[in-house]
Amino acid sequence: MTGLRRVPWAPVVWLALLCVPWLGSRFYTFLATEIAIFALFAVSLNLLLGYTGLVSFGHAAYFGVGAYACAILMKTHGVPFPLAFAAAGVAAAAFALVFGFFCVRSTKIYFAMLTLAFAQIVWAICFKWNSVTGGEQGFSNVPYPDLGWMSGLPLLGALRTADQYFLLVMALTGACFVVLRRIAGSPFGRMLTAIRENPERAEFVGLNVRLYQMVAFAIAGGFAGLAGALFGIFNRGVFPDFAYWSKSAEVLIMAILGGMGSFWGPAVGAAALTLLNHQITAVTQYWPLVLGVVLVVLLFAFPGGIVGALSAARARLGARPHA
Amino acid sequence: MLEPSFLVGQALSGLTAAMFLFIVAAGLSLVFGVLRVLNFAHGSFYMLGAYLAWQVTQWLGVVTGSFWLSALGAAAGVAILGGAIERCLLRHLYGKEDLYQLLLTYALVLILGDAARILWGTQQLAMPRPAGLTGSFELAGAVVPYYNFFIIVLGPLIAGGCWLLLSRTGVGRMIRAAAYDREMLAALGADTGRLYTLMFMAGSFLAGLGGALVTPVRSIVPGMDVEIIVEAFIVVVIGGLGSFWGTFLGAIIFGQVLAFGILILPGFSIFAVFALMAIVLIARPAGLLGRPLA
Repeated sequence: MTGLRRVPWAPVVWLALLCVPWLGSRFYTFLATEIAIFALFAVSLNLLLGYTGLVSFGHAAYFGVGAYACAILMKTHGVPFPLAFAAAGVAAAAFALVFGFFCVRSTKIYFAMLTLAFAQIVWAICFKWNSVTGGEQGFSNVPYPDLGWMSGLPLLGALRTADQYFLLVMALTGACFVVLRRIAGSPFGRMLTAIRENPERAEFVGLNVRLYQMVAFAIAGGFAGLAGALFGIFNRGVFPDFAYWSKSAEVLIMAILGGMGSFWGPAVGAAALTLLNHQITAVTQYWPLVLGVVLVVLLFAFPGGIVGALSAARARLGARPHA
Repeated sequence: MLEPSFLVGQALSGLTAAMFLFIVAAGLSLVFGVLRVLNFAHGSFYMLGAYLAWQVTQWLGVVTGSFWLSALGAAAGVAILGGAIERCLLRHLYGKEDLYQLLLTYALVLILGDAARILWGTQQLAMPRPAGLTGSFELAGAVVPYYNFFIIVLGPLIAGGCWLLLSRTGVGRMIRAAAYDREMLAALGADTGRLYTLMFMAGSFLAGLGGALVTPVRSIVPGMDVEIIVEAFIVVVIGGLGSFWGTFLGAIIFGQVLAFGILILPGFSIFAVFALMAIVLIARPAGLLGRPLA
C-alpha cells in the first residue's frame, strides 16, 4: 500500500496517455483529447469549489468566452494560435474578474444565484450577437493551429493532424496542471483554504477575503477559458451551448464525482463522466437525466466522490489490516 | 416614437410580465425565508405547471371553465410533487452543508427537465386564452388584452392574500416565527417538519400556478425552466431574498426595466436588467428591502 502511494501518479498517467496516438485508433485519440481538456476545466473549477469553498453554477461561461475568443481571433483575424490561446485565457479571466467582483460581494446563496445569472448573460450574448459569434448557428470551421513544425520531428512526423493536436493539448494542459498545482500549494492557495474553512476568522487575521476570492475566481475563469480555447479547436466549432448552464452542471458534477477534496479528484471525475457520456449517448439522448441521477446518488451515497470513497476505503483497510 | 399610447402599452406589458414573475418569485422567496433552501428547481416546477395545465386541458376536452380547472389542477399537481420531493429527498439533507441542498435542487432541474422532454416532447405547445378573456380593450390608445388585465389584477390579489395569511393567521405566525428562529420554534413544541413540507408545497403551488397561468401568452417549451429561474433570481436579488414585499417590488422594477430597456438597447433589454442588478448589488448587497443574511 505505502509503495503504491509513493508512485508519482500524475506524471505516470500523463506519460501513459502520451502513447495514445500510437494505438492507431482515431476514437481513442478523440476520447483522450476530450478527457484532457475537461480534466483541465474541472480542475480549474475545483480551485473555487474545493479550495476556496465557492460553489459556482456558471463556470461554463468562462469556458465559452475562452472558446469564442480563441476561435474568433484565429479564424476572423488570422491571429496565430499561441497568441490567440493566451488571449483566450486573458479574456476569460477578465470576464471572471468583472463578474466575480459582483458575485463575491454576497453570501453563499447569493453567490450561487449570481454565478448562474451571469453565465446566462454570457450565453445570451453568444446566442444573439450574430455578426461576431455566429449566433445560434455557432462559429464553425475553426482552423487547427499550424502544426507543421511537428512533421519535422522524429516519431511525430507520421501522425495524423488530430493526433498531433492531441499531443499539443497534452503539453498545454500538462503545463496548466503544473501551474494550478503550484497555485494550490502556494501560500496563496493556503489562504484560499483558510477562507473556505472560516471566512470570518480569515478576515480577523487581516486577509482581504473578497479580494482573495475575486482573484481565485479570475484564475479559475482564466484556466477554464484556456480549456475552452482548446476545446473549440478540437470540436472544430464553437456554439452557444458551450456557455449554457447544462455545461456548468456537467463540470460541477465532474468535480464532485471525482472528489473535490483532492487536487486530481476532478480530473478523475472528468475522465469518468466523459467515458460514461460516450456509453450513455450511444443508448439514449437523455444525458441530463443521467447526470441528475448521478448527482443525487453522489449526494446521498458518496459525498466525497470517487477519490474520497477510495481513500476512505484505504483508510479502513489500513486501520484493520486483516479486514 | 414616444407617444403616450406607446408608453402606456409598454408600461402595461411590463406590469403583466412583472406579475407573472412575482407569482413565481414569491414562492421561491417564501420557501427560502422558512426553509433556508434556495430551490433551483423552482423554475422546473413552473415549467411542469405549464405542461400539466396543457395536459389537463387535453383530458378535459371542451368543458366550461376548463382553463381554470386545469390551472388549479396543474398547480395542485406540482404542489403534491413538491411535497413528495421535500419529504423523500430534501428532508434528509437538512443540517448538512448548504452545498448539498443546492446541489440536490440543481440535480432536480436536470431530472425534471428531461422528464418533461420524455413526457411531452420538444415541440412548442400552446394554450388558447380562457373563454371570456379572449378580447381586448383600449386604454389611452394602447391595446390591452383582457387576459393581461386579469393578470395585472390577480398579482396584487395574490400578494395581498399571502400578506394577510402571513400577518393575520396562526399558520402565518408560525411561518414568520420559523423564518426568524426555527430552533426556538421547534423547542417550543411546534411541528416544524410539517411546517416545512407545507411551506415547500405552497412554494411549489405558486410556481405551478405561475406556469399554468402563463400558458395563454407564452408557448410551452423546454428551456422555460432555466429562463424563469434566472429571472426569478434577479428579482429576489433586486428585492431582497426572503423579503415578501421586496419580491413584489423587485418584480415590478424588473418588468418596467425590461419593457423600457428596449428604448435604449433594442433586442438586448435583458442587459438593462442585469445592469440594474449590478447597481443594486453595489449599493445594497442584501437587496432593496432585504436584511443581510447571517
